[in-house]
Amino acid sequence: MKILVLVKHVPDTETKVKLAAGGKNLDDSEFKYMVNPYDEFAIEEAVRTQEKLTGESVVVSLGPTRVQEAMRKAMAMGIDRGVWINTDGHGGELDSFCVATALAKVVAEEKPDVVFVGQKAIDDDSAHVGPMLAELCGMPHVQVVTKVEWQDGAQSARVEREVEGGIIEVYDVKSPMVLGAHKSLNEPRFPPLPGIMKAKKKPLAEKKLSDLLSDAPLTTVRNYALPSEKSPGKVFKGEPLPEMVKKVVGLLRSEAKVI
Amino acid sequence: MNILVYAEVRNGKLKSTAGELLTEARRLTGGKTDSIHAVLLGEGCAAHAKTLATYGAGKVFVVEHATTNTYQCEPHIQTISQLIQKNSYKVVLGAASPTGRDFFPRLAARHKSGMLTDVVSVSLDGEKVVVRRPMYAGKCIAEVMSQTPVTFVTIRPNVIPAELLNAAAEASVENFQPNIDAAAVKSKIVEVRKGKSEKPDLTEASLIISGGRAMGNSDNFKILHDLADVVGATVGASRAAVDSGYAPHDMQVGQTGKTVNPNLYIAFGISGSIQHLAGMRTSKIIVAVNTDPDAPIFQKADYGIVADLFQAVPLFKEELKKIVEHS
Ligand SMILES: Cc1cc2nc3c(=O)[nH]c(=O)nc-3n(C[C@H](O)[C@H](O)[C@H](O)COP(=O)(O)OP(=O)(O)OC[C@H]3O[C@@H](n4cnc5c(N)ncnc54)[C@H](O)[C@@H]3O)c2cc1C
Repeated sequence: MKILVLVKHVPDTETKVKLAAGGKNLDDSEFKYMVNPYDEFAIEEAVRTQEKLTGESVVVSLGPTRVQEAMRKAMAMGIDRGVWINTDGHGGELDSFCVATALAKVVAEEKPDVVFVGQKAIDDDSAHVGPMLAELCGMPHVQVVTKVEWQDGAQSARVEREVEGGIIEVYDVKSPMVLGAHKSLNEPRFPPLPGIMKAKKKPLAEKKLSDLLSDAPLTTVRNYALPSEKSPGKVFKGEPLPEMVKKVVGLLRSEAKVI
Repeated sequence: MNILVYAEVRNGKLKSTAGELLTEARRLTGGKTDSIHAVLLGEGCAAHAKTLATYGAGKVFVVEHATTNTYQCEPHIQTISQLIQKNSYKVVLGAASPTGRDFFPRLAARHKSGMLTDVVSVSLDGEKVVVRRPMYAGKCIAEVMSQTPVTFVTIRPNVIPAELLNAAAEASVENFQPNIDAAAVKSKIVEVRKGKSEKPDLTEASLIISGGRAMGNSDNFKILHDLADVVGATVGASRAAVDSGYAPHDMQVGQTGKTVNPNLYIAFGISGSIQHLAGMRTSKIIVAVNTDPDAPIFQKADYGIVADLFQAVPLFKEELKKIVEHS
């Protein structure tokens, strides 16, 4: 079985967002990066799938040099090799459609049975690339996946996805497919020390973004703004609790008008 | 300029987002309702056509087809694509719900058109569609422009207040029979398992009551559910509470959980980490109850009480009950 996993390197969740050039850009000079949290579930599922069904696993990532870190982490967790789409020197904007088209070319070359992705990236919060890639590759997709059971080897899978209010949709999906991993899919392992050592020597092929990019972006960011900060609220302390609660509930009704 | 609104039906019920989407569509057409079409898919969905008309849908396509009665991505995409071919829309609007977010990006890719997800406002700049959308879990807001003749947009639930246009409006209904290419349906729904609660999902809830690590165990979450039941609120949790096993992960609010924006968010025993705040900072009103007067959550709260949550929760229940009973 051939397993692909797509990994994005995103600013870590502690990141404070600041604007640059009057809001034309974000100031990324102090950004620290991490593997997109949902991608860790995707990596773990890829590794477990390979452990169970054998075959080969490949991590694919698009971004500048630093994204190799994310790819090495995936390899340390057990992925066999990597394909890096190098965006260094690419000046223009990339929307999710551009990214999906570039990734689709790698998928077409690798011909996987399954592509695991994180159900969304926590930086742009779009959750576009999985479904778009699936469309471009003519594969079915399931997003927000909480359970995967392979059937007939790897011909198909029974896949559960979580929707609102804890409702679970269960699908039968034909391979090859794109699956967007959700948090409860598994418990990602910490990369073991021998894994970290081995990962350094695993093959990592490089491709140039410019060789894979065929389209101009379909959407472009005009500017960024910071959300308006709230003025400080009223904090009650030291009074008898029943009175404080009464006051707050009263204010919710009379002042805030939310109940 | 024609707009198509995907009005979502789940379990036979029309989602409240339909009114929000139609209100925004009316703003875009300058109040012209003839150019606003809505589409309903699902068994018995025709019953909701009138509601859509009262919010301004000039025409309602009703689709009842074996493959679309229960949501499946591919048949939904084929159906809506056929409507787009027929009527050439400038904007196709849906809600940024789990369903909308599942098929809209794929639909947009099929049309090689701009996709803008989870937006909080839509406008036109000349011929181009421009939206505002939060990024980095709300730490900034991007203004994004679509470059294509058709644009696909999903709107964040609960942001745009739905405004009824005419309670007496009658729908102009057209039954639409899609042509479904069954061979392209490679992912088939086999079962939909009911959720634990009938309450709105966190992402759509207008009242949320959340508990953090201080809840101490899963049994204690019952007091939050009891309180929530008084006002029909949905219960949420911090990641610390979820990771400790006090609450299931679908209740997690935050950067790696759900992004919520209710009218009222009450946080009990939540410190207010940057990742938690990221998921709930757009709540209209935030109330925090915490024993630590220096907890960062108090800096974001509209109202705060420095107190033990276990003492405060029953008092909140009492006070809210009084209000519910008197209104
Ligand atoms: C990559 C990453 C992603 C993350 N994503 C998320 C996310 O999506 N959502 C999220 O919530 N967190 C997330 N976190 C975790 C986050 O950093 C915090 O650890 C978490 O939010 C803390 O949860 P808490 O406020 O419940 O717990 P704590 O920070 O431990 O706070 C507990 C609070 O309860 C108060 N308290 C104690 N006893 C009582 C009492 N009896 N009555 C009242 N108050 C009391 C304490 O004073 C304290 O302020 C993420 C972290 C990382 C690294």
